[in-house]
Amino acid sequence: MSMTSSPSIPLFEEVVNGFHKLSVSGGTQQESSDLRRTRQQAFDKFRELGFPSIRHEDWRYTNLARFLKDEFTIEGWEVSGKAVLPDAALLKKAEIASLDCYQVVLVNGVWDGKVTGGTLPGNIRLLKVAEARQDPALSLYFEKQAGWSEHFANLNGALFSDGLFIRVDAGATIEKPLHVVHVYTSENNLLVQPRNVWVIHRNAELSVIETLVSGGEAKIWVNGLTEILVHADARFHHTMLQTAGAGVRLVQQTTVHQQRQSLYNNFTITLPGADLVRNDLQTRLEEDHTETHLYGLYLAAGSQLVDNHTLVDHQKPHCLSNELYKGVLLEQSTGVFNGKVYVHQDAQKTNAFQQNNNLVISKKATIDSKPQLEIFADDVKCSHGSTVGQFSEEALFYLRARGIGEEAAKGLLINAFAFDVTEKIRIPEVEAHVNELISLHIPVNHA
Amino acid sequence: MLTIKNLHAEVEEKQILKGINLSVNAGEVHAIMGPNGSGKSSLASVLAGRENYQVTQGEVIFKGLNLLDMNPEVRAREGVFLAFQYPIEIPGVSNINFLKTALAEIRAHKGLPPLDAKEFLKMSREKQKLVEFDAQLVNRSLNEGFSGGEKKRNEIFQLAMLEPALSILDETDSGLDIDALRIVSKGVNKLRSENNAFIIITHYQRLLEYIVPDFVHVLYDGRIVKSGTKELALELEEKGYDWLKEDAREKATTI
Repeated sequence: MSMTSSPSIPLFEEVVNGFHKLSVSGGTQQESSDLRRTRQQAFDKFRELGFPSIRHEDWRYTNLARFLKDEFTIEGWEVSGKAVLPDAALLKKAEIASLDCYQVVLVNGVWDGKVTGGTLPGNIRLLKVAEARQDPALSLYFEKQAGWSEHFANLNGALFSDGLFIRVDAGATIEKPLHVVHVYTSENNLLVQPRNVWVIHRNAELSVIETLVSGGEAKIWVNGLTEILVHADARFHHTMLQTAGAGVRLVQQTTVHQQRQSLYNNFTITLPGADLVRNDLQTRLEEDHTETHLYGLYLAAGSQLVDNHTLVDHQKPHCLSNELYKGVLLEQSTGVFNGKVYVHQDAQKTNAFQQNNNLVISKKATIDSKPQLEIFADDVKCSHGSTVGQFSEEALFYLRARGIGEEAAKGLLINAFAFDVTEKIRIPEVEAHVNELISLHIPVNHA
Repeated sequence: MLTIKNLHAEVEEKQILKGINLSVNAGEVHAIMGPNGSGKSSLASVLAGRENYQVTQGEVIFKGLNLLDMNPEVRAREGVFLAFQYPIEIPGVSNINFLKTALAEIRAHKGLPPLDAKEFLKMSREKQKLVEFDAQLVNRSLNEGFSGGEKKRNEIFQLAMLEPALSILDETDSGLDIDALRIVSKGVNKLRSENNAFIIITHYQRLLEYIVPDFVHVLYDGRIVKSGTKELALELEEKGYDWLKEDAREKATTI
C-alpha cells in the first residue's frame, strides 16, 4: 500500500542498509538460528509494509510525514554494550521524591548493569537484552513473534540490539517497586530500538515504574517494544511516565500476555514535551479468569501529537477488563484515542468496560476518539463511552465566586479531571509525583 | 456598605431587572421576597458577577468601589459571598483544599500571608463546630454525593470560613427539611455581627422565623415594589403575592 512512498523516506533507506550491514558484520552471530530467522522475517515484513501512512486504518489520524522527514542514524551494533553515562540533571528529572525503590538506568536503551536503592532479592533477575538474547535458555522469548502486522514492531524485531530483561521467579513477591529510567540523549539524530522482555512467573508479583526523559538538541526516534508475560496467578503493576522532551518521537508497543487468573495493571501517563507519542498497548488474555486494568492520562501541549491505541483481546471466558483513558488537550495539540476490545466466540462471561473522556482546553486543539468493540460471544457484559468537553462554566464560576482566580480555577478543574486516573495509582509517592508533573504544565495556583 | 441604584440587567436580551434601588448597611439583614420569576435570583447573580447577565443601566457601589467593574473573584476577595441555590459538585477537588486555596487568595488580596497548616486546621475545626458541619464531609470531594441539605450547610460552612462582609443567601431554604433549616439558620445567626450584612433571598416566610430580618423587600417584575419591616413578611404569608401583582398592574395602568 505504502510501498511507493516509503523508499523516499530517508530513514527507510537507512534501515535497509542497516540490516544488510548487520547481516554481513555478524552482530547476530551469537544468536540462535531461530532468532536470526525471526529477524529476517521481521525485516522482510517491514520492507513490505514500510512506514505507515494515513491510508492505514491504524494510522488514520496520526500523520507521520512531518516526523519522518529528518535523517536519523541507527543506534546499532557498533556502540551496543557501551553504556553512555547519563547526565546528572537528566537523572534528577526522573526522580520520584521519597519513593523507596530499586532503580536501573538505561541510556539510549543500554543498561550499565547497576542497580541502586538496595540489593535485589535473589528471586528477581535483571539482564541486559544483549546478553539474554544470546542465552539459549532465554532467546526463545525473543523468537516468539514473527510476522507481526505492525510496521514498527517488525522494524524493532529486525534491528533490536539491547534493552532490559526481567525475570521474577514463581511465588516471589518483590516488595519494593523497580524504577526503570530510560534516558535518551544524543548529539546526532538517532533511531533507538530498545527491546524489553519481562517475565513474571507463577504467583509472583512485581511493580515496575518506567520513566522516560531526554536531553540534547538532536531528534531521537525511539521505537520501543516491550513484551510482558504474566503467568498464572501472577500480578504485575506497570506504570509508564512519558516525560520526554522536545525532539523525541516515541513509538512504544507493549504487548502483554496474560495467563490464568493473572492480574495486569497499566498506567500510561503522557505529559507535554515529546513531539510525538504513539502507544500501542496490547493485552492478550490467553487464559480464563484474568483481570486487566488500563488507565491512561494524556496531557498534550504545543504542537504535540499523542496517540493511544489499545487492544484488549478477550480470548477465553470469565475475564475482566476495565479501561479508563482521560485526555487534556492544550494549545495546538492533537490527541488520538483508539480503544479496541475484541471478544472471541469462546470468551463467554466476559466483562469489558471502556471509557475515554477528553477535555479540550484550546480552540486549536483536536481529539479523535474511537472506541471499537468487536464481540463474537453472546453472554458478555461490555460497555464503552467517549466524551469530548470543555470546562464547565458553572464549576468555573463557583470557584471564582469564592475568590479563586480564573487560571487557578482552571488548574483545579484539570487536576480534578485527572483525579479519576491518578487516584487509582496505588503508590502514594508515584501519585504525588504525577500530580506534581501535571501541575508543571497547567495554569499554576499562585495562592 | 452596599448601594444599588437604578439597576437594570438582562439575560439573553430579555430584561430581568428593571430599576432596583437598595441600600444595605453593616449590621443589617435584608430579606428579599417575591414570586417565582420576579428576578430575585437574577439580582443575586448580577451581584456575584455571573457572566451571562448584562447590566444595561444603573450602578452598584460596594464599600465605596464600583462592584460592576470587578470580575467574580475580585468581588469575592473584596468580601461578597454568594451562597448558591444549587451548589456545584466538583469531583476530584477536595473540599478542604478548595477552601484553603480560596482563603489564601482572599488573604493575599488583603495583604495577609496564608495561614499555616495548623492555624488553618484550627480555624476549620472551630467553624465546623459553629455551623454544625460534619467533619467527614470536609474531607470529601467538593459537594460530591452530598444531599441537598449537606450542600446548603457546606455553603454556610464556607461562609463561616471566608468571613465575607456581605453574604447573599440565594434560596438557601429551598429543599431543606425543618432540622436542616434550623441548623443553617443557627449558623447564620451566630455569624451575624455589626460588621457584616446579609441579603436573604427567599420565596417563603418560613426561613425568616429563624433568621429575623431588619428589612423586608418585595421584588416583582424586576422592581422592588414594597419595602417594610419583618411584619411585611407575615403579611405576605397571609395574603400571598396576588394582591401585589394587582397593585403593580394598577400602577402600570395609571402611568
